[in-house]
Amino acid sequence: MLKDLFNKKRKYATIPSERTKREIPEGLMNKCARCGTIQFSKELEKNLKVCTACGYHFRLSALERIQITLDEGRLFEYDADMVSEDPLEFPGYADKLAKHSESSGLRDAVVTGEGTIGGFPVIVAAMSFDFFGGSMGSVVGEKVTRAIERATEKRYPLVIFSTSGGARMEESILSLMQMAKTSAALMKFHEAGGLYISVITDPTYGGVSASFAMLGDFILAEPGAAFGFAGRRVIEQTIRQKLPDNFQTAEFNLQHGQVDKVVHRKEMRATLTKILDLHTVKEDAPYGGRGAV
Amino acid sequence: MAGEVPFEQPLIELRAKIDELHKFGMEKQIDFSEEIARLEERYAKLEEEIYGSLTAPQKMQLARHPQRPTTLDYIQAIFTDFIELHGDRLFGDDLAIVGGIARLNGIPVTVIGHQKGKDTKDNIARNFGMPHPEGFRKALRLMRQADKFRRPIITFIDTTGAYPGSAAEERGQSEAIARNLQEMASLRVPIVCVVIGEGGSGGALALCVGNRILMLENSIYAVASPNSAAAILWKDASQVNRAAEIMKITAEDLKRLEVIEEIIPEPKGGAHRAPDKQAESIKEAVWNHLQELLPMSGDELREDRYRKFRKIGKFMFVS
Repeated sequence: MLKDLFNKKRKYATIPSERTKREIPEGLMNKCARCGTIQFSKELEKNLKVCTACGYHFRLSALERIQITLDEGRLFEYDADMVSEDPLEFPGYADKLAKHSESSGLRDAVVTGEGTIGGFPVIVAAMSFDFFGGSMGSVVGEKVTRAIERATEKRYPLVIFSTSGGARMEESILSLMQMAKTSAALMKFHEAGGLYISVITDPTYGGVSASFAMLGDFILAEPGAAFGFAGRRVIEQTIRQKLPDNFQTAEFNLQHGQVDKVVHRKEMRATLTKILDLHTVKEDAPYGGRGAV
Repeated sequence: MAGEVPFEQPLIELRAKIDELHKFGMEKQIDFSEEIARLEERYAKLEEEIYGSLTAPQKMQLARHPQRPTTLDYIQAIFTDFIELHGDRLFGDDLAIVGGIARLNGIPVTVIGHQKGKDTKDNIARNFGMPHPEGFRKALRLMRQADKFRRPIITFIDTTGAYPGSAAEERGQSEAIARNLQEMASLRVPIVCVVIGEGGSGGALALCVGNRILMLENSIYAVASPNSAAAILWKDASQVNRAAEIMKITAEDLKRLEVIEEIIPEPKGGAHRAPDKQAESIKEAVWNHLQELLPMSGDELREDRYRKFRKIGKFMFVS
């Protein structure tokens, strides 16, 4: 029964992942991309990489995201050893994969696994823009699909942090099909009554935006995060008009009804915890003590 | 011949020569029949050579041919009792997608497809077959209706892609496409999709989550139109042919990658050379697949569709 779905906090052991413990490389100082304020990296880090002067949200890698979101930064990682093939023998693809792997320390553009947020068990996928522009090829599609399927089986809530330039050109049609694959898996998850919170971070476009990122029961976005289907440059070229500065920002999308809430990074854990809590059955609560049906 | 594409130039020249010789012979009362026969033989050989080994960029030219039959042409030729239905009930009616109910060999079906224009005026009205969110939402409305009344769904795919415009973004282009992908996966009726021209990006996929995907021989289907791919990959849209070559966009490529089930042959020189014949072969192929799908239960159809997409992707594991 669905009623039993989230009715108690399960006993749950997190296994610390070697990779999430890794130190984030840091220079001594950092310059804000928006206001230009120079600040100590340590300080910026302490502020969850949000500019202390203007509130600009720096982009986070998947590992940084996991570190600041999950309890104690711990993730039991799924499919850590899955890597891309070069199915179309696309010129330069193998080299690019190697290069991105080296520079980001990741094997592809998403890290998936399970952990807890505010004590609630969740299945998490965190995308990483620093690997191949967060593009979705077979590996991203498969890992996200497997995460969704595990969430369906285990009856855990699902939280996905999206950031992506879109589908990966180098796997062409196979990349496109990952949109259908992940969306179909979400169909089954939703039908089973699962709770999916989609968190959109800067930037999220194309194939990821037009599939699992927009299919959450809740869609949250970080302040200033740019997201949409087509990129700003493409649209400006198509309509031959300059677009307003705030075009496709989280705030713009909020105004146009595309997201539920814009959530500051410092509030993200608390907001996720609150939503998870609102969907948890409390044994002694009167009717209304749970949200999930 | 009309509406030739550049790679047909040698054929056109040879045909002109034959015609000229013929005319000259008539005027001067000289018998050139032997020479003409020889040239005709050469023509047939050349035709075989050119059409028998079309490259991906050449197929792309045929897929985009201004005279290539469109969704409404095929609907007219394949179905009876077609009633076009309009609007998404939310915002408007997007003419870049058409749809309605009809009969296929007597059975009621829902038919939906991207619609490119026949001329400039028509193209402007139809936004060159590039849908806004309301187009995808109209399609979804009609598909849900089909599901309710247990009608099979036939879709025709022919779009460069979803329209990249500011209004489309404001009304949720991403959400509209994503919603279609999720909802099509849930439907309990047979869905057969036919790529008749261009299958570009999410805008094509949003009508293409079917139990069976068929492609016309010279149609193309890719993650992005080769033009946008060139712009993305090399920041140079003029490298469109290079993109077409390496992106594996042809029906043959997609059959090999196990994304589609069947390639429907085209008349020599492309579908526009013999639209009626083409419609006939599409009808036959669609009907054959429907025969396999119609006996299946709603749950079986869903599972069949799920499995089809679930297995697509190539990856490996390292230790």
